[in-house]
Amino acid sequence: MSIIAFVLLSAAAIYFFAKRIVAVRRNIFLGRKETINNRSSERWAQMTRVALGQSKMVVRPVAGFFHILIYVGFVLINAEVLEIFIDGFTNQHRIFAPYLGAFYDVLISFFELLALGVIIACIVFLARRWGGLKRFKGIEMQGFPTRDAAIILIVEVILMKALFIMDAADMKLSNGEHFFLVSSWLSFWTEWFTPAQLETISHTAWWFHLVGIFAFLNYVPYSKHFHIFMAFPNTWYGSLDPAGKLNNMESVKSEVKMMMDPNANPYAAPASDAPLARLGAKDVADLSWKSLMDAYTCTECGRCTSVCPANQTGKKLSPRKIMMDTRDRLEEVGKNIDQHGMEFQDGKSLLGDYISVEEIRACTTCNACVEACPVLINPVDIIVDLRRYLTLEESNIPVEWGMMNTNIQNNGAPWKFPASDRGNWAQNNG
Amino acid sequence: MTPNITTMAEMAAKGEKPEILFWVGCAGSFDERAQRVSKAFAQILNDCGISFAILGSEESCTGDPAKRAGDEMTFQMQAMMNIQVLDAYEVKKIVTACPHCFNTLKNEYPDLGGNYEVIHHSTLLQQLINEGRIKLKDGGAFKGKKITFHDSCYLGRANGIYEAPRAVLEALDADLFEMKRAKKNGLCCGAGGAQMFKEAEAGDLEINHERMDDVMEIQPDVVAVACPFCMTMLRDGVKQKEQESTMEVLDLAELVVRQNG
Repeated sequence: MSIIAFVLLSAAAIYFFAKRIVAVRRNIFLGRKETINNRSSERWAQMTRVALGQSKMVVRPVAGFFHILIYVGFVLINAEVLEIFIDGFTNQHRIFAPYLGAFYDVLISFFELLALGVIIACIVFLARRWGGLKRFKGIEMQGFPTRDAAIILIVEVILMKALFIMDAADMKLSNGEHFFLVSSWLSFWTEWFTPAQLETISHTAWWFHLVGIFAFLNYVPYSKHFHIFMAFPNTWYGSLDPAGKLNNMESVKSEVKMMMDPNANPYAAPASDAPLARLGAKDVADLSWKSLMDAYTCTECGRCTSVCPANQTGKKLSPRKIMMDTRDRLEEVGKNIDQHGMEFQDGKSLLGDYISVEEIRACTTCNACVEACPVLINPVDIIVDLRRYLTLEESNIPVEWGMMNTNIQNNGAPWKFPASDRGNWAQNNG
Repeated sequence: MTPNITTMAEMAAKGEKPEILFWVGCAGSFDERAQRVSKAFAQILNDCGISFAILGSEESCTGDPAKRAGDEMTFQMQAMMNIQVLDAYEVKKIVTACPHCFNTLKNEYPDLGGNYEVIHHSTLLQQLINEGRIKLKDGGAFKGKKITFHDSCYLGRANGIYEAPRAVLEALDADLFEMKRAKKNGLCCGAGGAQMFKEAEAGDLEINHERMDDVMEIQPDVVAVACPFCMTMLRDGVKQKEQESTMEVLDLAELVVRQNG
């Protein structure tokens, strides 16, 4: 009976998780095609360093330290979850114990120490959030994002507590056969119950932990917490080029080539019947798929926004909001496709309905946000693509930028000086 | 003292080719303050006996501000025209005192067919000092002076060049103080991304004034810069804080020239 319940529950949890992953993958690949697979050994090294090794997390030592506590705890305690799984399939309890002997207690005690570390770190993180750390405020954090962060931290604490309850009950029941370090400190309450009651408590805690894990698994892909998976592909695909390099638009390259080619026939039919792609980005599907992956990877930590010169001087731009808006809009587009099919248009777009012109105009492309991001997200790419759309498709630019571009075209400088005077400084005895 | 500067065209007419092209940039060519930096740098090249030339009227904007304002068409037109000129003169190596030109020429032109060795003047100055070709006077103009260096985004974060400008400053025998936001954490001056050419969006204060708070904590004699736009922004900041009589904003090349002057 218990095995059937376990198998059904596991199958359902894994099915819904997989279904969600497939949907996220489809959403990401709604983005503009771009091939990113060169220099793969450097990419593996980058992923190992940045995601596995948390190299950019520790730039801020306090947050970095506690984050590593949770991270290491999460990864290693999964070894215990493996046992919980096998127990579930075989209707055993602590199936590894007889094989490992005394080492089993050492191992579980080690996991308990990690779990304690996770609890402490989660409490520290909750204190930082509820204590009003400025980085976690901001207009984009109102409502779900703030709730989401708290839910994750509280659930992690509760899941770890369930482990301690189970361990303490089992320790008492084993009559001295087992000794688990942290739960031994917290086992005073086991005196209050009969062995039969402790049996029930242990069993309930086991199920609670299991159901908790499955619930967590299926919550994560809808949450900022998705970064625990996405950090890995995102750092693998993260740029290896100098941060200052922007891509050159392929669609413009062919136009410019034709304009510069004296033999080109301006009336020649376009090479294919495909509709002309939009220049720049108005909506999420115009962005590179990597920008969309960035959006799903963002965990809304706000390190980007806290170093953004525009944000710090009171402008509307917040790089974190750019990423969150991109994800929210992409989710909306994905839902539209699920409900109405690929061709459906809802008349909304990322630029305008989510991100305002004023926000993207405030960016200095200084790359502070890119440098600050612990998982190699690049908000500047999105901002520049949105600017490209405004400029190239809508000619919507500030008057001064219009004059600047005209000056560059006419006299090769952003100011209105004659090109012929460009070398004058070298002659002047000024 | 006026440096001796020839153009690529003049050299080509004599059948000569320089060792290196000095890409002056729009600011270095037209902005009066930045022209003084161009002259100082040309002076250094002269003094080191480096064979160089400028393009003069054949140089044109790299297209950086247009690209960052979203006008990719203007950028690529500029790039293609510049690449034609550079290739016609068979340019191999380029030095520039502008981090924006540097970034664009080095990172964005290769994909459009323009492949050159591009270095920023801070790197060249560091090399020349290391090789002993620039000899800085002991007890020169900046001995014991308090200097802070403002990292340009397009030199620092954009291209990872943090040490070269500092090496130049250390060679001056001055006291180098770092601002609280320096190197990777350096705060932008507010000019990048074509902001130089328009009014800032509405906010509480200007970015260069925010940056001046970092400068004021140091109270330096000199704010050293390596970018003509940072120069404009920080000079404006110094004015806004009414510090013109106590601090100067100087480019690395000017510091080198003045140390020995």
